[in-house]
Amino acid sequence: MSLDALAFWVLAVVLVVSALAVVLSKNLFHAVLWLALALTGTAGIFLILEAEFLAAVQLLLYAGGIVTIMVFAIVVTERLVGESISQTNRRIVAGALAVAALAGIIVATIWRQPATAAAAAQTGDITRNIGHAVMTRYVLPFELLALLMLAGLMGAIYFARPDD
Amino acid sequence: MGLEAYLTLAAIVFCIGMFGVITRRNTIGILLGIELMLNAVNINLVAFSRYHGDVTGMVFTVFTICITVTEAALGLAIVILLFRIRRTVMADHLDLLKG
Repeated sequence: MSLDALAFWVLAVVLVVSALAVVLSKNLFHAVLWLALALTGTAGIFLILEAEFLAAVQLLLYAGGIVTIMVFAIVVTERLVGESISQTNRRIVAGALAVAALAGIIVATIWRQPATAAAAAQTGDITRNIGHAVMTRYVLPFELLALLMLAGLMGAIYFARPDD
Repeated sequence: MGLEAYLTLAAIVFCIGMFGVITRRNTIGILLGIELMLNAVNINLVAFSRYHGDVTGMVFTVFTICITVTEAALGLAIVILLFRIRRTVMADHLDLLKG
């Protein structure tokens, strides 16, 4: 077994176990910490796929940013309510059946296709290629993204404004 | 490692996230499930991009990561706002739009 395959299987186990813990953990705070592990595992998958830039972005924005925001939201709401918020699931059996059926359909469809060849040979530095594509072919979506993030920022500030 | 392995892993993570979205009662828990689902989509995009030797999938991953961060910030702002109005974060208590 090659080193890549070994790393993939270890990360796959970490990712699936932590994802299950995110949706099944009774304690909301623990669920957020498991999500941080799942997002870090995804960054590892990106590293195996030789997307170093995306792994760095994943760690900075997801594992850093989102987890911090989530922890803030939990702390704020728990302080307002003055007690620990329960975190229960309902209709677990029906949900598990529906999701298992969906997973079966997707996985069966994936494996019905003929096996793909090995990874295509990369031409040059991937990070450089991403930067080039963002600044040339995808410059309009990039600018729209900036607009979207500005709108999101203004919306979040508007929602979080103090009562007057 | 074949492309199928990555796609299967992403499908499993996506389905686990969806399980969280449809069974969690807490609104923040539902948001955590949505994060997992979007994360699985990113794995798919990067894997396809890598195996086709085309950088487009990775550019889209950068875009989806940024959109997800915006979504999480706005979603949590809405949760906190709802909490201040209704004093609950349980999704089945939020029936303001129910006729």
